Amino acid sequence: MATIVTPGTRQPQEDWGGDKSPPEQGAGGERRKLRRYPPTHTLGVAFAVAAIGMLFIALTSSYVVRQGLGMDWQRIPMPRILLVNTAILLVSSISIELARLALRRGNQQISNTWVFVTLVLGLAFLSGQVLAWQSLSSRGFFLSTNPHSSFFYVLTGLHGIHLAGGLLVLAYVAAGSLRQLQASPAGFSGWADLSPDRGCRWLDGTAIYWHFMDALWIYLLVLLFVWS
Amino acid sequence: MASHSSHTLHGEVHHGFIRTYIFSTDHKVIGIQYLMLALFAVLLGMALSVFMRLRLAWPAEKWPSLEQVFSVGFAGGQMTPEFYLAMMTMHGTIMVFFVLTTAPLSGFGNYFLPIQIGARDMAFPVLNMLSFWVTFVSLAVMVSALLVTGGAPISGWTAYAPLSAVGEVAGPGLGTGQTLWVISIAIFCAASLLTALNFLCTTINLRARGMSLMRMPLTVWAWFTTAILALLAFPVLLGGGVLLLLDRIGGSSFFIPGGLVISDKLIPHEGGSPILWQHLFWFFGHPEVYIAILPGMGVTSHILSTFARKPIFAYKAMVSAIFAIGFISYIVWGHHMFMSGMSPFTSMVFSVSTMAVGVPSAIKTFNWLATLRGAQIRFTTPMLFALAFVSLFVTGGITGLLLAQPAIDIYLHDTSFVVAHFHLIMGVAAIFGIFAGIYYWFPKMFGRMMSAPLGRIHFWFTVVGVYAIFMPMHFMGISGAPRRYATLTEFTYLQHLQPVQLFISIAAFITIAAQFIFLYNFFVSMWKGEKAGMNPWESTSLEWVIPSPPPHDNFGEVEPVVHHGPYEYGVPGSPTDFVMQNAPAGSVAS
Repeated sequence: MATIVTPGTRQPQEDWGGDKSPPEQGAGGERRKLRRYPPTHTLGVAFAVAAIGMLFIALTSSYVVRQGLGMDWQRIPMPRILLVNTAILLVSSISIELARLALRRGNQQISNTWVFVTLVLGLAFLSGQVLAWQSLSSRGFFLSTNPHSSFFYVLTGLHGIHLAGGLLVLAYVAAGSLRQLQASPAGFSGWADLSPDRGCRWLDGTAIYWHFMDALWIYLLVLLFVWS
Repeated sequence: MASHSSHTLHGEVHHGFIRTYIFSTDHKVIGIQYLMLALFAVLLGMALSVFMRLRLAWPAEKWPSLEQVFSVGFAGGQMTPEFYLAMMTMHGTIMVFFVLTTAPLSGFGNYFLPIQIGARDMAFPVLNMLSFWVTFVSLAVMVSALLVTGGAPISGWTAYAPLSAVGEVAGPGLGTGQTLWVISIAIFCAASLLTALNFLCTTINLRARGMSLMRMPLTVWAWFTTAILALLAFPVLLGGGVLLLLDRIGGSSFFIPGGLVISDKLIPHEGGSPILWQHLFWFFGHPEVYIAILPGMGVTSHILSTFARKPIFAYKAMVSAIFAIGFISYIVWGHHMFMSGMSPFTSMVFSVSTMAVGVPSAIKTFNWLATLRGAQIRFTTPMLFALAFVSLFVTGGITGLLLAQPAIDIYLHDTSFVVAHFHLIMGVAAIFGIFAGIYYWFPKMFGRMMSAPLGRIHFWFTVVGVYAIFMPMHFMGISGAPRRYATLTEFTYLQHLQPVQLFISIAAFITIAAQFIFLYNFFVSMWKGEKAGMNPWESTSLEWVIPSPPPHDNFGEVEPVVHHGPYEYGVPGSPTDFVMQNAPAGSVAS
């Protein structure tokens, strides 16, 4: 049985820079590289966040430029449900943190529950966004109505797509963990597909992504309805 | 790493044919897949350029045999201007995205970046496979734009709005063809982002013991910087692409101004800005130029040092110069838009930042020359291409300094001078980097040598050919010959240039014919070439310490431990004139 690596603990980075030659490997010792900080999955998510950030920076600059052009910029009213959606998303950020915390303490069952809560909240947010679109379109605001409505649909749509991607990963983590729990309900011995260490890292990465989605949503809300 | 599945730790594992060669997660197979995709794309792009040269050299000629194949494009036997523009658009798009981005970065990078840093695979092998197949889908969508009714888009590889945004009313190919173009580019952006992310994580976290940052080969530095550029540039194009697509099919007006009349029809949009598209496009577009050329610079540095048998001159300056070029590439995009209308102050800022690119570029060039100085050069085929890369980089770069100045650029904008400039620096130089890489790494990839005599013939035809094609274009541009025109004979002031057009076309056809020497050499050597040893070039980096071709898990059970920098050639006290990166530390007094 694999020992559980507690993902929260930092391990000092191996000193391997400069002109110093690395220590020779001990016979039969750890042959693979030592774990380095930050873990590769965290790093991957960080780069993904940078790329998605660039996408929204590009759209923000388009938004500002387009707003400054012409007289056709008409501000659309904010659907009330967006406030509810915002609250849901904020709570989901807390629930995913609780899931991480539980897993760090080795309690997979509780962690799983929080992952499911996050999943449900994420789906609720997306459904709420669909309701917001419906409420706008029922009042006659469509993609092509005016530039502000165009940007509203583009920005919320792209945010929704990226959030849905996060939901998929979360569902993957949850499914793996559920399978494992069914196989050995007694204790925590790793996921069927995801080893415990891997599972932790997947959850860590997803959590970073999730918080980013949360922050991005607040930013978009401000851009769309406070800035303009 | 625990993320590696267990089988990679135990040597060769035999999956079925599909898992081994098609949906493989092995970075080496994926690298070759990218190279093959780029090979297909380059042949297609080259074929499209043949049509352009036919039209330019013989504008009034009738081609009855071609009419039978392209009934619309050659209506009446003569190539229509729309067909010319479609060929031009697709030539540029396919070459820039599917050749110059995929081959140097995704192709060689996938194959050699993990090996050169002593890793078994990329950080995310499944993601890597996904990136390739998403790129494949993107190419399939792009090629399908050639085949739909109306044909390929005619708006150029830059897809300038409003032409690209208003739909079929502005010309054939701007309907379905342009929509497919935008979708393909969006898919390509997603694939490139995944690749870039993978490269960055691999370089940062999967280096072998002792492979400190300043021991990485310059190729790795180049791929790493390129990946940063791709990671931050492609999202901007993606964002622009989404807006463009919505303008086309969603009725929005991001890029379409009000009151626009095209073909006597009022376009029912208002308030958008075509210049907004240009900003978004070129904010991506200029870093894209460096995405194409930086890996070539890395390969050139690597090869020059290897065959000059000298350490690369000023390694740290080379690394800084790569980063400087990458950084500056983000603040120069406005120089593509001097003609679009911009405050003189803004254009001065862009002009100064553009000319600043000359500083790190000169650092690189002088370091290359200093590396060569006093060297006993081994003139192998990869070395010839690397030397020509330096030549082309200077020739193409010098004209960049001219174009960076608004006063000169306003005259030369959209003339064939610009065509000559960017072909030499971005197209041909990058292609020479690719050729150098192929000749250099072929023994490692396929375990056999390519024919050196055929390589030399290919080299001389190609290097003389490309100069014969593109040098005269500078003079045509100075004479005022515009680019993107299907017919120049109707302008009296350009009629005397027709013999030059003819010369360029013939030079192009000879150069294209010479590429078949390369193809022959490439495919025949794959099976019939002389067997290559582990290290035929006596090179020092880690790919040369493992068998050719490398086994599935690269280094097998023994992970390499790095004790030396990447360019230790001509080391005093060493029995050979070079020291492998993983040679034990005490073996030579360095």
